[in-house]
Amino acid sequence: MTTHSFALPIIIFTTFWGLIGLAGPWFVPKGPNRGVIITMLMATAVCCYLFWLIAILAQLNPLFGPQLKNETIWYVRFLWE
Amino acid sequence: MGSMFRSEEVVLVQLFLPTAAAYACVSQLGELGLVEFRDLNESVSAFQRRFTVDIRRCEELEKTFTFLEEQVRRAGLALPPPEGRLPAPPPRDLLRIQEETERLAQELRDVQGNHQALRTQLHQLQLHSAVLQQNHGPPPAAAHTDGPSSERTPLLPPRQGPHQDLRVNFVAGAVEPRKAAALERLLWRACRGFLIASFREADRQLEDPLTGEPVTWMTFLISYWGEQIGQKIRKITDCFHCHIFPFLEEEAARHGTLQQLQQQSQELQEVLRETEGFLSQVLGQVQQLLPRGLVQVHKMKAVYLALNQCSVSSTHKCLVAEAWCATQDLPALQQALRESSSEAGVSAVAHRISSRDMPPTLIRTNRFTASFQSIVDAYGVGCYQEVNPAPYTIITFPFLFAVMFGDVGHGLLMFLFALAMVLAENRPAVRTAQNEIWQTFFGGRYLLLLMGLFSIYTGFIYNECFSRATTIFPSGWSVAAMANQSGWSDAFLSHHPLLTLDPNVTGVFLGPYPFGIDPVWSLATNHLSFLNSFKMKMSVILGVTHMAFGVLLGVFNHVHFRQGHRLLLETMPELIFLLGLFGYLVFLVIYKWLCVTVTHAASAPSILIHFINMFLFSSSPTNQPLYSGQEVVQHALVVLALAMVPVLLLGTPLYLLHRWQRSRHSPRPAVGQQARCVDSSDACEKGWSSDEEKARCPGGEEEFVASEVLMHQAIHTIEFCLGCISNTASYLRLWALSLAHAQLSEVLWAMVMRVGLRMCGEVGVVSVVLVLVFAAFAVMTVAILLVMEGLSAFLHALRLHWVEFQNKFYAGTGYKLSPFTFAIQDE
Repeated sequence: MTTHSFALPIIIFTTFWGLIGLAGPWFVPKGPNRGVIITMLMATAVCCYLFWLIAILAQLNPLFGPQLKNETIWYVRFLWE
Repeated sequence: MGSMFRSEEVVLVQLFLPTAAAYACVSQLGELGLVEFRDLNESVSAFQRRFTVDIRRCEELEKTFTFLEEQVRRAGLALPPPEGRLPAPPPRDLLRIQEETERLAQELRDVQGNHQALRTQLHQLQLHSAVLQQNHGPPPAAAHTDGPSSERTPLLPPRQGPHQDLRVNFVAGAVEPRKAAALERLLWRACRGFLIASFREADRQLEDPLTGEPVTWMTFLISYWGEQIGQKIRKITDCFHCHIFPFLEEEAARHGTLQQLQQQSQELQEVLRETEGFLSQVLGQVQQLLPRGLVQVHKMKAVYLALNQCSVSSTHKCLVAEAWCATQDLPALQQALRESSSEAGVSAVAHRISSRDMPPTLIRTNRFTASFQSIVDAYGVGCYQEVNPAPYTIITFPFLFAVMFGDVGHGLLMFLFALAMVLAENRPAVRTAQNEIWQTFFGGRYLLLLMGLFSIYTGFIYNECFSRATTIFPSGWSVAAMANQSGWSDAFLSHHPLLTLDPNVTGVFLGPYPFGIDPVWSLATNHLSFLNSFKMKMSVILGVTHMAFGVLLGVFNHVHFRQGHRLLLETMPELIFLLGLFGYLVFLVIYKWLCVTVTHAASAPSILIHFINMFLFSSSPTNQPLYSGQEVVQHALVVLALAMVPVLLLGTPLYLLHRWQRSRHSPRPAVGQQARCVDSSDACEKGWSSDEEKARCPGGEEEFVASEVLMHQAIHTIEFCLGCISNTASYLRLWALSLAHAQLSEVLWAMVMRVGLRMCGEVGVVSVVLVLVFAAFAVMTVAILLVMEGLSAFLHALRLHWVEFQNKFYAGTGYKLSPFTFAIQDE
């Protein structure tokens, strides 16, 4: 329905999770839990970024499209324009 | 890194405790909970140890305490919890506590005995008066009988002359109701014709003195004539354990007896009341003494048990104890010893000693990290100072759970539930709840919090909220473009129930959905084809990443235990094998995603066929290569991976053999080398190295058993190589469970909620039915999707961590530092 660019989400999310995972550790206050919090930040960034990346890469070049019921086509054809 | 990265340094300390201050020192150490004592008297039986007598006395006291506790509980009173800090009392106080307790116990026993006796007496009086009061009808007057009445002829004709005893005698008493019928029958059979018996139930119920239950007694009045009959009757009533009371014939005399009885029973009841008052007084004293006494004696016994583990020095002036203590706590330990021994005027000393045994593992956690550490420890407590998987588990466990559970709605419910528990965690009502299931959930509240949070995230990526997709961004597929370009008129549509959008047609596919799965797929009937492919590939990618991370964590172990050879001879081959084969698979997946466009969709290469052919060194002509030179690359990778297997199998054993032979053949420079050998032998002694099957390093004295080392390495190699394949496949459960969750959620919506939403009819009726439908939907969502699926995903995520992740680097054969502490009693 709308043209989605590929580059823009890549840049946004890479920067976002990169900030959390790479820049965030520098701002963790000193204390007994500093190591654990840094580990948590980096692990979260890696896991969430990877998961999102897999989702977007899987849809980048679809080899087949969705099969819709005729009722759906009737309705969505005009709803989503 | 924080202290959770690996366990803390724990050293063996030797304590010298002068006899005068030994008790005080150990008591203080128990309060602090710093050290774990080692039993130095293992060869000595429990009866021969030094402080057995004191322990016996404590145990006897505990028995008395149990008796007192029982009495208090039977009286229906509760024991108040102990207040304040109660240190273990000094040994001389034990006698005082013992005397006090014994006195109280004896008093209690006496008073209770008296009480019981009084009650029995009262019961007898009450029974007597009930029997006397009972109206059995006019008793046959003595004057009426001249002999047997004409209605009843005796069975036997009277032989003797005129009857001597024509007087009617009476037997009155009471019998238990269940025996009454049998008594009556037996009397009739035995003495028929010579007696008249009347059985009546007592008017009121009397309390049984022993059990306290109300019992209705049967009173009876037997009038008989003949001495022999009288004896028979008495024997029979004796047999039935009846209570017999004297029955006077004159009404007035009976009346007088009755009044006397009533007076007596009143007096008795007063005495009984006094006794009960005294009893409650004694119980009050017990209530005051008991909580404190219990705690104190328990602590005292624990101190003596700990003292029993110390050995007596040859001069008999001090006790020697060995204990494990964290290096961080050593100053606190020394200060505690100084303080408690200075009171006695002597000084206790502690100093470190070296040990060849593996020290216990100590990892300090706070309430957040405790639950994650506990799920790691449930598999196995880590060896001393090996890398702890817990800090990574804090994130990867909820993440893998969320991959299997991904739904915004369900995740939100879980998150809110956990948030409520976390915010209310300091309330005493919540903490002291006894329900086990609630305690389980409450203990894992931080776990649930993170699990819910990640589930919300993965729910957004899967684009599922109670199985419904959301169009946060507009979809990237244009149905209108497809319809217009393919000429889908209304007539055409009505003839074709299902039509597929073709991404080859321009304008149909407008770019990948920026965050998650495109919502158009939730409208599609072939959505599983797309989702299965997506989720399977996602599982493999996540699995290979997780496992490679596990292998990399092993590097820290090798470096810490100074086994650098294992970096080259184990970690490198393992990584090359894993990444060369399954990392390459991930590469193929990503390459196909990026480079195979829809124009080649008809002839798209199948990764599966390529992968199979890679191992079989064959090729399928119909399967296009993904990139030029693919065959060469694949062959090279397989050969390289296979070449790594003998390196993994033989590398470390040959290296160890070589090193041992070198140390054996050059004795003089071996001093320096032996020292190094001994150092590293410490590190790779059984149970210390990350691979606990590693045999001893060849030290100067150690034997190098080549067959053992080879066998262990062979097992490790086979485990790793075959495990690579099976573990990668095991990660497919991420796909399986997320599919199951999505389908269950979809079915619940379609079969329950949508039925309610699609109903037609009166607004009033429909809305009432909708409320009921929603109630059913909500209950089933919580019961099936949250509880059942949640537990299932929890279990599988746990398995993935315990087996697939941890067997790459974690041994888990250590033991925890369990310090000597009284903490259990204090709470």
